[in-house]
Amino acid sequence: MGAFLLRRLALAVFVVFVVTLLVAWAIRLSGDPAMMLADGAGSITEQDLRNIRAALGLDRPFTAQYLGFIGGMLRGDMGHSFMGGTPVARMVAQALPLTLLLAFLSLGVSLLASIPLGVQAAVHRGGWADQTIRIISLIGLSFPNFWLAIMMVLVFSIALGWLPPSGAGSLSALVMPVLTMATILTATNVRLVRTAMLETLSAQYITVARSKGLAETVVLYRHALRNCAIPLITYIGLQFGGLIGGVVVVERVFNWPGMGSLAFDAVAARDYPVLQAVVTVLAAMIVAVNLLVDIVYGLVDPRVRTE
Amino acid sequence: MKTSPYRSLEFILGAGLTGAMVLAVLLSDVLFADGADAMDLAMRLTLPFQTLSHPLGTDPLGRDVLARVVSGGRISLTVGVLSVASAAAVGTLAGLVAGYYRGVWDAILMRWADVQLALPFILIAITFAAILGTDMWKLIAFMAIAQWVQYARVVRAAVIVLCEREFIAAAHAVGVRNLAILWRHLLPNAAAPVLVLMTLNVANNILLESSLTFLGLGIDPLIPSWGGMLADGRTYLQTAWWVSVFPGLAIMLTVLGLNLLGDWLRDRSDPTTRSPT
Repeated sequence: MGAFLLRRLALAVFVVFVVTLLVAWAIRLSGDPAMMLADGAGSITEQDLRNIRAALGLDRPFTAQYLGFIGGMLRGDMGHSFMGGTPVARMVAQALPLTLLLAFLSLGVSLLASIPLGVQAAVHRGGWADQTIRIISLIGLSFPNFWLAIMMVLVFSIALGWLPPSGAGSLSALVMPVLTMATILTATNVRLVRTAMLETLSAQYITVARSKGLAETVVLYRHALRNCAIPLITYIGLQFGGLIGGVVVVERVFNWPGMGSLAFDAVAARDYPVLQAVVTVLAAMIVAVNLLVDIVYGLVDPRVRTE
Repeated sequence: MKTSPYRSLEFILGAGLTGAMVLAVLLSDVLFADGADAMDLAMRLTLPFQTLSHPLGTDPLGRDVLARVVSGGRISLTVGVLSVASAAAVGTLAGLVAGYYRGVWDAILMRWADVQLALPFILIAITFAAILGTDMWKLIAFMAIAQWVQYARVVRAAVIVLCEREFIAAAHAVGVRNLAILWRHLLPNAAAPVLVLMTLNVANNILLESSLTFLGLGIDPLIPSWGGMLADGRTYLQTAWWVSVFPGLAIMLTVLGLNLLGDWLRDRSDPTTRSPT
């Protein structure tokens, strides 16, 4: 188990390292932030640009900049935004909870829908309920999340006028982003629940539970679903990256001020420290969740440890 | 083997949707001789299903929505097909060689695959597209680089299992050369999972391309594409809903067709997931 843990941890650290390096490298191939800052400031000399770059630390070699960034991240110091000098850590601290709120609320809503649907599909395998759920799930899988978001705005904001089309000021502003994400997630999760349940339902202890005369709901939700928990948590955990990726896109449509919006604004302004921090924090979170899932799975199922 | 009517329904729907989209795109120059950018200013903001000349209506510049949707399909299908074809070609080759010869390169390939599959690619795609700028070819290259390891893994796993089988041992015994074993015996037998993965990935990449383009990080907004039309249509959602409805519907139906086909292919190659009827 020790060796397995160590190997997983090493992989996780290495992945985060690759991500930071990729982003740091790509970012410096792009436009010059000194030019962006100087833009609109009237006459600019080459000396002015040099001064700006020196003030931002952009005159140092790439390795020095990169190591400085990593060192800062490890100390919890994400540097300052190029635009206005706000500490990046404060911007992330404001945006991250909003993104996580959206992500976990969507996941929760999606589970509330997909567990009963998936269980029904598995129980009536091959029947009309199974077929209908399967087709609806396939349609859901084919929806571009941003288009679903636009269609929701069209129906609930423009046609019916029930919900605000964007922003994060009120509880009602949360409804459409969460519904969009939850719909897309449910399409996948229903299939996961169905597959996991099908495997469990064929087990002998289910036959025993049924032959004892237990109520079907007790058999399904007490006995079967509990035993599906581990594979389900694993699948859902491994989807965390996709979930965050989806939230980032949906945030953009609804102007939800989370990490996605922060990243897009940073991209437009060539605000390196902010973009770097956002991507690093999100990537580290995704890798951490994957690591956690791996470890839990390794604890439960010893076969995973020996590859 | 007996196939159930539901299975064939899945195939008919999948092949029908995908085929119709491909056919429309291929024939777009014939069907819409005026092109996707022709402006009919007298017919601006025509509602859909009103006139035969503009069946799906026109946008605020008087451009035909149907012509633009079909023309946008060309971009999406090209990106989807070319990115998947190149990823599959590279990945299959790497997987064949790694699974057959094993050794150091195989170990390195698999460790690298672990790293790549753990990378949050949507975030990296957004970052790279935003920073380096994109065009169709960069998008295709990026997707191919991101996805080739999936094919390498699948093919390698299949090859390792196949190498244990008697017919490969027999081929060795009668002196068939390694290259011929790889090409004639291993490749055809490892093709099924690759085909499934390819079909589903074309669907995925169409979604990814349209998302990036919608966010302004993909195809040039001046070229008609589904994501670009949706980004455009969003600004006049209040006045012309149809401009935002039809390109999204086109994405959905194409992706649905490919997903149906992929599901059908998977069930055919792997009977364990098949539902009885």
